[in-house]
Amino acid sequence: MQLRSLLALCLLAGPGLASAADLTVSAASSLTDAFRAVGTAYETTHPGTHVVLNVAASDVLLRQIANGAPADVFASADQTAMDKAVAAGAIDVATRRDFASNRLVLIVPKDASVHVGSTADLRQPAVKRVAYGDPASVPVGRYTQAALQQQGLWEAVSAKGVLAQNVRQSLDYVARGEVDAGFVFATDATVMKDRVNVVATVPTPRPIRYPIAVVAGTAHAADAASFSAFVQSADGRRILASFGFQAP
Amino acid sequence: MGAAWIPLALSLKVALWATAINLVLGVAVAFGLSRWRSPARDVVDAVLTLPLVLPPTVLGYYLLVLLGRRGRVGAWLHELGVDLVFTWQGAVIAATLVAFPLVHKAARAAFEAVDPQLESAARVLGLREAAVFFRVSLPLAARGITAGVLLAFARALGEFGATLMIAGNLPGRTQTLSVAIYTAVQAGDDRSAALMVAVTSVTCVAVLLLAGRLAPDPVRRMRP
Repeated sequence: MQLRSLLALCLLAGPGLASAADLTVSAASSLTDAFRAVGTAYETTHPGTHVVLNVAASDVLLRQIANGAPADVFASADQTAMDKAVAAGAIDVATRRDFASNRLVLIVPKDASVHVGSTADLRQPAVKRVAYGDPASVPVGRYTQAALQQQGLWEAVSAKGVLAQNVRQSLDYVARGEVDAGFVFATDATVMKDRVNVVATVPTPRPIRYPIAVVAGTAHAADAASFSAFVQSADGRRILASFGFQAP
Repeated sequence: MGAAWIPLALSLKVALWATAINLVLGVAVAFGLSRWRSPARDVVDAVLTLPLVLPPTVLGYYLLVLLGRRGRVGAWLHELGVDLVFTWQGAVIAATLVAFPLVHKAARAAFEAVDPQLESAARVLGLREAAVFFRVSLPLAARGITAGVLLAFARALGEFGATLMIAGNLPGRTQTLSVAIYTAVQAGDDRSAALMVAVTSVTCVAVLLLAGRLAPDPVRRMRP
């Protein structure tokens, strides 16, 4: 009898299906911590709304939305992913705004055995592996590729490349010391500052700007627009700034 | 088309190595356990079966923590100049681990089904223990072992979670078919994904048909 009630409890407990007041925000991996804080702040000013955060590489989120995933807001880490969303008819173009900017940095493990002080040092034979996001689906990988191509280093570095599924995986590989160096956003490096060292800020041909938009055809359009406005408000900016994001 | 063959060749290489290792390891351990009389036997058996029920990500995490450059075993191997993370050998270890219980379970059941009287008769006729194993026990258990080995090959071929964690996603080096499909889907490259999915499906059907041909009754009965 006890076993049966335990089983019933297991089947019924835990988070249920999305309810009407759930606002699903699909945000780039680099926004993980900042948007968690933004979501909490939004919930306190908008009681009754529950912000559900869905984080992954921007292109993965875009694919989900384009294939009909019930997201309400899309925040990506570069314009390419948002442009793809526009092309796929996945977002309401009129709601597209840039809300933050970031910097690309080169990081190494804290107790690195190989000295890397600049991107040019990645050419050394002692540097065996360099982590960055897969340029085909991860914005930080696209920024990395463009920056290294500009410096004439892409051929040399990509031969040592370990492709990560999102920016936080690159960060994790460097923090564990499995790679000799990696490219992440400045805000990501801060998350693990006790395990990785930032050795250089890498100039990118295009500035790193984060766009946000309301998903086309969402049932929560008003709430989604209100969330997007909150992200761009003074309060939203302050929270983003506390995680190292700069104004767009 | 060429893009699909490199991951396929790598997947086959990894799966064949993992199967070969499991054939030796799984049969040896299964034979040992089937003859071992101890209360600890069930515990050992449970631990060896764990890879079958644990999520591959859990196994991948264990492997990464153990074999990574800062892991207990990994740091020692690194001193010797051996790095397993982000190498195809790392993928072989992941595939071997997840497929091991399939060989082990099948082989143990097969050894336990061997009539002990036949082995005793061989001993009475003057055969040494090694000869009893290779000329009596092993041939009698061969059918069951073959079934397990074929399933292990299929499992190793499709391994994804633990492989991605320890071997990473290095095109041409550790990007197996499953990982390549995942990457193509994430990048929105449906054409490549569809091609590789088709290649995988055809390969698996071919393996099953081959299994049906090679393996006697026990596997044949598993065919639809």
